[in-house]
Amino acid sequence: MPAPLLVPALLAVAFLVLPLVGLVVRAPWSEIGPQLTRPGVGEALRLSLVSATLATLLSLLLGVPLAWVLARSRVRGRSLLRALVTVPLVLPPVVGGVALFLVLGRQGIVGRWLFEATGFSLPFTTAAVVVAETFVAMPFLVVSVEGALRAADARFEDAAATLGADRWTTFRRVTLPLVAPGVAAGAVLCWARALGEFGATITFAGNFPGTTQTMPLAVYLTLQRDPEAAIVLSLVLLAVSLATLLLLRGRWLVRGAAG
Amino acid sequence: MRRGPALGALLLVLAGCGTDAAGAPAGDEVAGTLTVFAAASLTDVLTGLGDQLEADHPGLEVQFSFAGSSALATQVVQGAPADVLASADTEQMGLVTDAGLTDGSPGVFASNVLEIAVPAGNPGGVTGLADFADPDLALAVCAPAVPCGSAAEEVFAAAGVDAQPDTQEDDVRAALTKVQLGEVDAALVYATDVRAAGDAVEGIPFPEAGQAVNEYPICRLAAAPNPVAARAFVDLVRSDAGRRALADAGFRTP
Repeated sequence: MPAPLLVPALLAVAFLVLPLVGLVVRAPWSEIGPQLTRPGVGEALRLSLVSATLATLLSLLLGVPLAWVLARSRVRGRSLLRALVTVPLVLPPVVGGVALFLVLGRQGIVGRWLFEATGFSLPFTTAAVVVAETFVAMPFLVVSVEGALRAADARFEDAAATLGADRWTTFRRVTLPLVAPGVAAGAVLCWARALGEFGATITFAGNFPGTTQTMPLAVYLTLQRDPEAAIVLSLVLLAVSLATLLLLRGRWLVRGAAG
Repeated sequence: MRRGPALGALLLVLAGCGTDAAGAPAGDEVAGTLTVFAAASLTDVLTGLGDQLEADHPGLEVQFSFAGSSALATQVVQGAPADVLASADTEQMGLVTDAGLTDGSPGVFASNVLEIAVPAGNPGGVTGLADFADPDLALAVCAPAVPCGSAAEEVFAAAGVDAQPDTQEDDVRAALTKVQLGEVDAALVYATDVRAAGDAVEGIPFPEAGQAVNEYPICRLAAAPNPVAARAFVDLVRSDAGRRALADAGFRTP
């Protein structure tokens, strides 16, 4: 391996992994049992996994078509559209949470008439957690899938079209299988970002155990009183997310990449 | 090489500060950058006092870091380069004192009690603490782990109210923001927060608030990079002018 690549690569590994080592070293391993069985920990973990998964599904449902529009259509102002939909990537998540209030809160532009018509208000519900996570995480999926679509060979689609397939059939039968690895990678990024989401969630969905308190929120609030317990909770979240990603990689991603 | 004399001078300044901790005038100029770590509820009043100190000492720049008292204590214990710590929690200040990081013992300079904050016009028709048991209202309190949350638990216990909040906020300003946005019908915040929010928020005092008086300690830090300015700032906060500013903001002063 050439040194100009190897040395920075090793530095990158050290930079990314050492903070994790710090957590592992400082963790109070003798207390890990009692910390894990504390009331609310399992609840927060379950809520995190469920909401991050729902946010990823919602992002797939809406984000893959959006990526297709950005990569394949000839809509005017596509560059502007692309810049706009990636705004959540640069917006501080807390600001994103306030922005969600201004649109979907019970005083918000859309939320107001929903509240007046039905008495339902989105903030402080589990649905609000999914919405906040989707807002922050979907751009990761859109950017990945758009990249995959641009890299995919459009001649396969042209061939399908000359054989009589309409654009929807072409998308389903040709394009989607072609970019499946990109979609899978985007979905993983999206899921991971949703799982770690903090700012938009605590702002828009609030923080209540069992309803809206995800693991990152539980970790942050535990940090206020008991930093050691917060380290244990962070490691639990890390372990579960790494295990999930490794499992997916073995079962699904590799096959997707090979196909 | 060049850093040697500068470091030596810095050590001399630090040593000098250690010897006149009794309060003798330092004689040095109040200048440079002063970093104040302060509880979020002090945002407006300390920013005003900082501006005043900057006006009195043209070579001085006052920087603030406002956050929850426990986050601040953690940052100081982890070595954050602050000059002054103004906390909303004597227990959290105790963690810093126990770690030997304060210069002298912290003194209480203000206290604060809870008040019910409602959006202007009080759309939820909230009248008192008992309304926090109403599951139909959208209600915010602070999380039990932060000071305003433990105070809330005390007043609810004193009033015998089984609170049904929709959210437990990570700090008191986050709870207030939800009132200002009209997303909750009421939140339990400090009297000073209601005062700071202006016309968008109305305050409802309640008798049980006296069960949880929150005291604010302030202290210079032993490792302060700018001990002279730190002393000037703490003196200003505890002066008559400082007390007036605190009272205007809704604090009780000793």
